[in-house]
Amino acid sequence: MAKVKHESNWYPLESGESVLDALLRQGVSIPNACRAGACQSCLMRAVAGTVPEASQVGLKDTLRAQGYFLACACRPPEGTLLEVTGAEALRLPARIQALSWLSTSVLRVRLVTDSPLAYHAGQYLSLVREDGLTRSYSLASLPHEDALELHVRLLPGGAMSGWLARDARPGDRLQVQGPAGSCFYVPGRPEQPLLLAGTGTGLAPLYGIVRDALAAGHSGPIWLFHGARTPEGLYLTAELRALAEQHPQFHYRPGVLEGGTRDIAEGALDALIRAECPKPVGWRAWLCGDGPLVLSLRKKLFLAGLSLKDLHTDAFLPSVPQVQRTSDAGAR
Amino acid sequence: MSVAAEKSVYEQLGGAPAMTAAVEVFYRKVLADEHISHFFEDVDMERQAAKQKAFLTMVTGGPVQYSGRDMRAGHAPLVKRGLNDSHFDAVAGHLKATLEELGVAAPLVAKVLAIAESARVDVLGR
Ligand SMILES: Cc1cc2nc3c(=O)[nH]c(=O)nc-3n(C[C@H](O)[C@H](O)[C@H](O)COP(=O)(O)OP(=O)(O)OC[C@H]3O[C@@H](n4cnc5c(N)ncnc54)[C@H](O)[C@@H]3O)c2cc1C
Ligand code: HEM
Ligand code: FES
Repeated sequence: MAKVKHESNWYPLESGESVLDALLRQGVSIPNACRAGACQSCLMRAVAGTVPEASQVGLKDTLRAQGYFLACACRPPEGTLLEVTGAEALRLPARIQALSWLSTSVLRVRLVTDSPLAYHAGQYLSLVREDGLTRSYSLASLPHEDALELHVRLLPGGAMSGWLARDARPGDRLQVQGPAGSCFYVPGRPEQPLLLAGTGTGLAPLYGIVRDALAAGHSGPIWLFHGARTPEGLYLTAELRALAEQHPQFHYRPGVLEGGTRDIAEGALDALIRAECPKPVGWRAWLCGDGPLVLSLRKKLFLAGLSLKDLHTDAFLPSVPQVQRTSDAGAR
Repeated sequence: MSVAAEKSVYEQLGGAPAMTAAVEVFYRKVLADEHISHFFEDVDMERQAAKQKAFLTMVTGGPVQYSGRDMRAGHAPLVKRGLNDSHFDAVAGHLKATLEELGVAAPLVAKVLAIAESARVDVLGR
């Protein structure tokens, strides 16, 4: 049996169980959301013992070297003894600077950290509320701007999004952890065509990446496809149209499944992309937002000729509800 | 396992970098083929690509160690899902097309296909 020590207590792991599931099952509260290795909310540090490589996938080398790992992806083999701590040391205190609505369902959250956060536009961070509730959000701001900007979609019954929309006030304090993720613009090859596509608040990282690429002097064509079910789901349309006017190489294409207009295309996002960018061989692409859509677009673009190394994706996986004392913990 | 005194096809093709280039061409063909693509759907495309690389490295005689038993065990779940000769032939066809597309000489292509063919009984669990 593997065992994990946390705050001076040892906790046994069932066979195949993750460190996250084992600690939650035994009443230890550990931040978590996606439980699929995608959001980094469950970041922890091994101070003694070795964690499986699979639990460090996607972490920066500096974090790996210090023993950080994702508790939801950490299934130590039988006999492992691990001593772990939380990732509190990596968190930065922050306060909410402003809250405003970008559309009827998307809230713009501006945050200021007490000390500067080094990040690339398009990366994401975890927002940690005072009570430990943790969710990941992508950065729409540019590093030189004075506030961090997040776009949060209000979900019915959403713990974090509901709190931000209804209860949070400018001045409220939180913590941020991160940044993480590889969805960002790397300067170089300024002529290379870029393709950015996302649905809903998947626009947040893309809005950062587009502005970053333009600021870096990217001269090749830049295509931004933003999809939503209906026109009400689109936002920042005026800002993006203005950006396209200023930069002839930038093409903004909003699309909806129903209720298209003269300015808003109607149809599935992949069909809109195929119509405008039929042969994206040698392009660079970023895909963000709804999980299944991002994965299916990624496959289509790969089949259309984009190389895997040029395909960057952030699937906004939802949080998995916490089940108390499950007998099948770790079964997946 | 063939213990060739001469250079393996893997080395003649250019080793690991050549495999990396071949993987995308091969994986694209496999994913686009509706007869077999369902075996290769994976949310983690990088992980799938790494396995394709292991496959290509193996059939070109490169440095990966899989025993016939590994091949049996690895593909047994697929056999349960209906893996048969027609799927094997399709994969072999894409392998051939990939090598030809990359400009590999015909005798080398034949060698690779022979290695692949020798794995048929294990892959199909016979
Ligand atoms: C890498 C990453 C980046 C992300 N970036 C952003 C971002 O920039 N903007 C943003 O708004 N969100 C983003 N998310 C999603 C975000 O982390 C939260 O999952 C989301 O805000 C819901 O949290 P909540 O606490 O409000 O709702 P929860 O309390 O977690 O969920 C409430 C209910 O809604 C359901 N639900 C959750 N997600 C969805 C969904 N997508 N569609 C339908 N039902 C759902 C849940 O199952 C639950 O029943 C990102 C996620 C990841 C992994
Ligand atoms: C020429 C014969 C074949 C050889 C030599 C071969 C070899 C391999 C190798 C080396 C791996 C990687 C194992 C690992 O690293 O985990 C693998 C995995 C796999 N093979 Fe094959 N293979 C062959 C035929 C096929 C065929 C015909 C199919 C289906 C049409 C197939 C489907 C798969 C799949 C889906 C995996 C991944 C399984 C997983 O996700 O764990 N293979 N194969
Ligand atoms: S990465 Fe572990 S909960 Fe999301």
